[in-house]
Amino acid sequence: MDDLFTVVDWSRWQFALTAMYHWLFVPLTIGLALIVAIMESIYVKTGKVKCLAMTKFWMLLFGINFAIGVATGIILEFEFGTNWSNYSWFVGDIFGAPLAIEGIVAFFMESTFIAVMFFGWKKFSPGFHLAATWLTAAGTALSALWILVANAWMQQPVGMEFDPAQMRNVMSDFVAVVTSGTAVAKFTHTVASAWTLAGVFVIGVSSWWILRRRNVELALDSIKVASWVGGAGILVTLATGDMSAVNVAKYQPMKLAAMEGLYRGSCGQELVGVALLNPDKKAGDDIEDPYLFDISIPYGLSFLANHDFNSFVPGINDLIDGIELTTEGDTIRTVSYAERIARGREAHEALRAYDAAIVAGDEVAKESALANLKVNYPYFGYGYLDSPEEAVPPVGMTFYAFRIMVMAGGYLLLLFVYAFIASYWRPKWLQHKVSCVIAMLSIAIVWICSQAGWITAEVGRQPWVIQDILPTRAAISDIAASSVITTFIMFAVVFTVLLVAEMSIMATQINKYSKEDINKIANS
Amino acid sequence: MTKPNRIVSLPVRIYRFYRDGFRSMTVGRYLWVLILVKLFILFFIFKLFFFPDLLKRDYSTDQERAAAVRMHLMEDQSSPR
Repeated sequence: MDDLFTVVDWSRWQFALTAMYHWLFVPLTIGLALIVAIMESIYVKTGKVKCLAMTKFWMLLFGINFAIGVATGIILEFEFGTNWSNYSWFVGDIFGAPLAIEGIVAFFMESTFIAVMFFGWKKFSPGFHLAATWLTAAGTALSALWILVANAWMQQPVGMEFDPAQMRNVMSDFVAVVTSGTAVAKFTHTVASAWTLAGVFVIGVSSWWILRRRNVELALDSIKVASWVGGAGILVTLATGDMSAVNVAKYQPMKLAAMEGLYRGSCGQELVGVALLNPDKKAGDDIEDPYLFDISIPYGLSFLANHDFNSFVPGINDLIDGIELTTEGDTIRTVSYAERIARGREAHEALRAYDAAIVAGDEVAKESALANLKVNYPYFGYGYLDSPEEAVPPVGMTFYAFRIMVMAGGYLLLLFVYAFIASYWRPKWLQHKVSCVIAMLSIAIVWICSQAGWITAEVGRQPWVIQDILPTRAAISDIAASSVITTFIMFAVVFTVLLVAEMSIMATQINKYSKEDINKIANS
Repeated sequence: MTKPNRIVSLPVRIYRFYRDGFRSMTVGRYLWVLILVKLFILFFIFKLFFFPDLLKRDYSTDQERAAAVRMHLMEDQSSPR
């Protein structure tokens, strides 16, 4: 394992590549499914052919996206078994159970009802067909639920107990795993962001039609539906983003500090709006200014993190030193990172003592080791660290990704307000060339926003693969870097080809959908 | 004389539903080709040749797997005692 860090880095890059690629398709599937269900509901209610044409067109794009995206998530499971076998074993059924449920739900719900959606227009009653469309939409969101529950558990490990005999964690409370604050916030935030993404996609594609003076009525109607769904999506995303911030402040304070580039916190801590980080600033250093320049909102971070303008928000150095302040300014000692490392090593020693006691058949020593392990297990992962600074995530990437997400989200809110007003009261605005071009460019922005959110969440939680319990570098398998590099390159090639294939099929369908198609639907 | 109505069983009706659906596909044909190529690459190339489940491949019992992970996490990775 001489090349441990290379293996870890390449495996992380590979996982990031596959997860980010997978995430290109998933939010569009979730969001478009809802938009199509709403469009079909309007059709069933009004019986208007133009609504049917609208539904069928967006259902077609949904189908293309679904087909290209299907099974891309499987690769992540391959990687768990090969690159992250220690992790896979260590998390046991906690991670496996939600993924198994996801597989069953995805297979039975989506594959059954998608077939009815596409093949069943003339074979079932409109009501049954509509129900199938809604169930498909629900199925896509439910699939996401289980994946996000598994991800949330890694960020807030609850509902489990470590079994030293099996060397793995065992689920003790399924409900706690599914309903943890992080799981609820992550699911709602992610699904709402998917509605937002699909809303922008529909507005962008419709604007392209408007720009080309084709299917204008259908495009304007589509924008109306998209502005409702996307508008609701961005508002829920903002609200649940607040929920996420509170959870991060509580369970992953180091991530919050990295998101803000905050090294020394205070009561009434300001929220950094725009800033340039000082590259010379390092964890443990109290001399350098963290920012080269910044524009900040007074009391903003205290309110965001704790819903209290005067609350204390710890910075990176406060957390390392184990210092918090009361609102009166008194210092409270918390568990410093040096102490966490010591307790993590104590947990490792206890586990070794447990093993030795088992071999020796010494029940008393075994019970004593178990008790010691239980007390120190919350710090188990720190036992792998050599210094407190190792527990600090990459600040720059976390900080900038968070800002890109927030700024793009703010822009998208404005876009939906504009689209909503224009589609209902000022349709001429939507036919202006500049408006169309901006809407089309927004498709790229919403995807960047979505990916930046995941970068914030996943880079910000480093060095942990399971918060406080297992660092990423310990989770890796004993494999050669060269094999990971090979598969990384293969993935990059295959994914690029698939992405080009999807974009070209989708572009062809968007391009060729014409008045004749709409008439054909009307006469069918 | 009219032919008696035949009761078609559910599996047959499901089969016909999918058969007719697949036959009437247009863009879907290309998508299915793409899906099948993708699944082939994933399961018959990537999974078989590049992504073995290491613990399953190298150890035959859960006890051995636990011992291997214990060795890796407690001896190879853990900070020096």
